[in-house]
Amino acid sequence: MITTQSTFRPAPQPASRLSYQGREKINRGMIHGIMVLVSLMMVLPLIEVISVSFSQEQDIAKYGYTLIPRHFTLAAYQYIFSDPSTIIDAYGVTFAVTVLGTGFGLLFSSMLAYSLARRDYELRRPISLILFFTLLFSGGMVPSYILVTQYLHLQDTLLALILPGMISAWNVLLLRAFFSALPQELIDAAKIDGASEWRIFFQMVIPLSTPALATIGSFMLLMYWNDWSTALLYINNQQLYPLQYLLYQISSNIDFISNNATASSYNITVPVESVRMAMVVIATGPIVFVFLFLQRYFVRGITLGGLKGD
Amino acid sequence: MAKRALKPSPANEHIGLGGDTILYRSLIDPKRNNKRTGISSPRMQRNFTLLLMGAPALLMIVVFAYLPMIGIIIAFKGYKDALGIFDSPWIGFQNFAFLFGTGEIWRITYNTIYMNVLFIVSGLIGAIFIALLLNELRDHSRILIKVYQSALFFPNFVSWVVVSYFVFAYLNADTGTLNHIFQGLGLHPIDWYSEPQYWPWILTIVSLWKGVGIGSVTYLASIVSLNPEYFEAARLDGAGKLRQIWYITLPLLRPIIVIVLLLNIGNILHSDLGLFYQVTRNQAPLYSTTDVIETFVFRSLINLGNLGMTGAASLYQSLFGLVLVMTVNWIIRRINPDYALF
Repeated sequence: MITTQSTFRPAPQPASRLSYQGREKINRGMIHGIMVLVSLMMVLPLIEVISVSFSQEQDIAKYGYTLIPRHFTLAAYQYIFSDPSTIIDAYGVTFAVTVLGTGFGLLFSSMLAYSLARRDYELRRPISLILFFTLLFSGGMVPSYILVTQYLHLQDTLLALILPGMISAWNVLLLRAFFSALPQELIDAAKIDGASEWRIFFQMVIPLSTPALATIGSFMLLMYWNDWSTALLYINNQQLYPLQYLLYQISSNIDFISNNATASSYNITVPVESVRMAMVVIATGPIVFVFLFLQRYFVRGITLGGLKGD
Repeated sequence: MAKRALKPSPANEHIGLGGDTILYRSLIDPKRNNKRTGISSPRMQRNFTLLLMGAPALLMIVVFAYLPMIGIIIAFKGYKDALGIFDSPWIGFQNFAFLFGTGEIWRITYNTIYMNVLFIVSGLIGAIFIALLLNELRDHSRILIKVYQSALFFPNFVSWVVVSYFVFAYLNADTGTLNHIFQGLGLHPIDWYSEPQYWPWILTIVSLWKGVGIGSVTYLASIVSLNPEYFEAARLDGAGKLRQIWYITLPLLRPIIVIVLLLNIGNILHSDLGLFYQVTRNQAPLYSTTDVIETFVFRSLINLGNLGMTGAASLYQSLFGLVLVMTVNWIIRRINPDYALF
């Protein structure tokens, strides 16, 4: 059998000044080079946005957005924090929606998924079908809108941001796949010891499922944090604007940031461009930190979902 | 401390402990009803509890996924806000006739499919390319792979609103980086947000930027699981990396590629609303190339346009989408039943 690469030489070799290892090293160097380039392209826009947020407004007007600020300034952030009430409200709304939505969504989804994973559950087939059909066909945006506004009267409430997207058949099915992999003997043993279904679920199944819960939880967290369209449809009250929707509003109308009079005290025009970009930095900040932590759960989730084809 | 000293079990059958024995007798003797819970058998108890567990989620699914399905009849109605869905007059296929007659449907369908084809092809090539590159580094630079992947995944985690700002930073006519580079090179600056012809490519690049990192995960996982003996044998025969990739890796990846392709084709009538609405900043001059079914319906909804017609477009999308997915699944089932959705 082949041992290690360092002692291996292929039999027929094209004449070349470099050994196989040498060529390998160059290849790898090139690959690293490409990867560095690609990685930079992925993060470059963020760097540019951060840079603009620290730039002086006159420089932006003259030289455009640059990768490094010509003159470093905190003016944009000072402007925002002089009256941060809008942002604080938006953060509060997004935070509440995300925590409540992910928390309850995970709870309800996993309860349903667990019931569907139990082979001795007689309603398993029909309910799985009901769940699954929603992946194939949907009523569409119009009836949903009419339902939420005219029948449920959820417009301008926090619930409108939380409820519609909370339960996704996809997530339930992924969780079900995971729960199915848990050994039935465990549950049987617990039953013989007299544990109730609820106890089995909360004290046994859940602690065993933390990876899967973390994965689906990450999906939900990201979905809620980045959601902008629900607010566009259902929210008119400015105090209920979530973060991304606020960001969307100020892309055209900077007055949303603050309707204060401190601008005149600075004796300059409102630093529009840099303030916009500073808002982006403030809105994106937490998610960038959180994602570094959530990254591996996403990868796991994609692998689970992708390889299985569902 | 449990409320009862002993749980009913075969071992405890002989012990008379009042409540336990009564409970246990009621479990094995179908004629005795357990007055405590009203459920007459462990089987029904179990089913009932499991049903209860699934109830909250099921309720939400019924309310938010199934109730709207009833509302698809709006496509056949001349909808008036004041009358609501059920009281508005029935007009049959008139909405569809109008949509098809004026060519609206063809324009947005064409855009939807055209853009999706661009996305699918570029996404496939990009994701496989990245996966192949990362695979080469697998044995030597584990840490660097993690660093690269962190950068690659980052775009997937920002919202489309933020992405629209990123794109704006480059394409904005006055201060955008691209125009400044153009001016530096002596080229004429372009008013990007008014020229529809560039946008299929712009959106493809943005879609690639956002999705290639996550997309490469599936392929990388597949490549990693390939049998290394094939590659050893190829190296023995003097095959270089490129040959190995072309003759071994790619053919072995064909099943998963086909599956991913088919799944994407099943969704070809759907688009990512964030990409098409936010990144284009909903600029009207760009509609000719960037208006897809999703944005058409969305815009109509928020501008409270003719909801009957909008509903018709939405129903058209959902119905044909269903047919597509069923067809695609049938095809996948013929190839490799493991990957079929159902």
